[in-house]
Amino acid sequence: MTNLTDLGVRELRDGIRAGTFSAREVADSFIVAVSKAKQLNAFLVETPDHAIAAAKEADAARAAGETLKPLAGVPIGMKDLFCTKGVQSAAASHILEGFKPEYESTVSQRLWDAGAGMLGKLNMDQFAMGSSNETSYFGNVISPWRRADGGNAPLAPGGSSGGSSASIAARLCPAATGTDTGGSIRQPAAFTGIAGIKPTYGRCSRWGIIAFASSLDQAGPMARDVRDCAIMLETMSGFDAKDSTSLQLDVPKWEAGLNASLAGKRIGIPKEYRVDGMPPEIEALWQQGIDWVKDAGAEVVEVSLPHTKYALPAYYIIAPAEASSNLARYDGVRYGLRDLPEGANLQEMYAATRAAGFGAEVKRRILIGTYVLSAGFYDAYYTQAQKVRTLIARDFDRAWETCDLLLTPTAPSAAFALGEKSADPIAMYLNDVFTVPSSLAGLPAMSVPGGLDKAGLPLGLQVIGKALDEQGVLDACLAIEERAGFRARPDAWW
Amino acid sequence: MSVDAATVKKIASLARIAITDEEVAKIAPELDNILGWIEQLGEVDTSSVEPMTAVIANTLRLRDDVVTDGGKRDAVLANAPQAEHGFFTVPKVIE
Repeated sequence: MTNLTDLGVRELRDGIRAGTFSAREVADSFIVAVSKAKQLNAFLVETPDHAIAAAKEADAARAAGETLKPLAGVPIGMKDLFCTKGVQSAAASHILEGFKPEYESTVSQRLWDAGAGMLGKLNMDQFAMGSSNETSYFGNVISPWRRADGGNAPLAPGGSSGGSSASIAARLCPAATGTDTGGSIRQPAAFTGIAGIKPTYGRCSRWGIIAFASSLDQAGPMARDVRDCAIMLETMSGFDAKDSTSLQLDVPKWEAGLNASLAGKRIGIPKEYRVDGMPPEIEALWQQGIDWVKDAGAEVVEVSLPHTKYALPAYYIIAPAEASSNLARYDGVRYGLRDLPEGANLQEMYAATRAAGFGAEVKRRILIGTYVLSAGFYDAYYTQAQKVRTLIARDFDRAWETCDLLLTPTAPSAAFALGEKSADPIAMYLNDVFTVPSSLAGLPAMSVPGGLDKAGLPLGLQVIGKALDEQGVLDACLAIEERAGFRARPDAWW
Repeated sequence: MSVDAATVKKIASLARIAITDEEVAKIAPELDNILGWIEQLGEVDTSSVEPMTAVIANTLRLRDDVVTDGGKRDAVLANAPQAEHGFFTVPKVIE
């Protein structure tokens, strides 16, 4: 008997349709797996009833001979950044602890409408601010992966979508939602040996996703392989009048369009991504990726993205600036925590509530954002960063004159140990060096597993595409996936 | 430029975050370090560049100016830390 938790989205969907197993058996298997994996701290809230209800609906529809919905009976994990009606949605923060939205985010609603069920809400970096899942108010997520050196140092699952990445790698769910502001889907996917795509800015509605940096925030799927990501993305994407930056475009049939032949495609290798101090194993994997896409028929060309080194500093102005504005809403009046010291006035209540409710990294970013937007500094910091952002987007436009896609490593290292980088904010920020530029330009980008390093930890390759060319990105990742043959998985110690 | 304790206190006050002197002493060098790193952006010649306003070209849509939502007072108040008589309540602001 197949272990149902070893199956991916497509296999579960097709197996339920064919009657090979029931949706209820699937839901029960994953619910048990989730309940046994508390040590990973990947789930903040478990919602077995939600998953079972979706499973019953799928089984009843099949029994009645109805056509099943696209994701009928597939149980998934939901990042805690998505508002889910009646289920705590806290962005892994104290200030929103206990917040049960009266409404459902557009992306999660689309998944439920397609027949998916929810296993629970997934831990993450607080307000999506972090690259290691160490800023959650509810504790670190522990990666299911361990180094092969016999030591059991707990490793970071990446961030901010660390609960999503850890739970997929540990087979607690076949897929999960993530969100990506500067790399928060792609870097955790790389750290845990799974796939994840950030679509073009505007593909997925931001409505009901707790806001971090609105000009950058984009939802996307994380799953074990490229096809499963394509299936999930088709359901998650689509126009929404409630998001003013939602793209009013039809959603392509990405799954049906998958094609691993890259004949006629030109793939650019940006020379500025060869950063100092990059581990030789990442360099070697990158070269391996180049060989793989050539083998798939692509022509490989070197390109230049001259403003790459300014992407991170620009990001660390723009994202905190937007965050300081977005997080101004947490005031202890309308929802979430209120801290009202004896005799405090309204202003003191705001300040006490926000001091008690936000974690250190969130405060740090709000303060940076407030500083760069404050009188006298706005032009020097914020306007300059938005000009540099224009130049970064222009770099990509120039690159598209000579290539169709870009291939880079996803992250500058494999997963690091928890605690290893948390004392130095800039060292942590540098993790996003390869993912931030495409975020600033709003481009679709995906991480796919490429192999293992000497310590037995996964490494990812990133493909970046032109705006709206998710198909090209998925296809190139499929070509890599077929050649990489990545089958490694962590041994269950939890 | 360097971020001193007085600057940290001022921006924390603007951000409505209560902060202790101990926290100020810890945060000031951190912010100084981060802002110092960010300042390399000043090297880039942007004299002929417009700041980005939309990451993907998109047209802002217009709709008829009519009420499309509402009548959800209890849902709006459901998560309030304190609500009375159908209103959010806050400490007294008028003497």
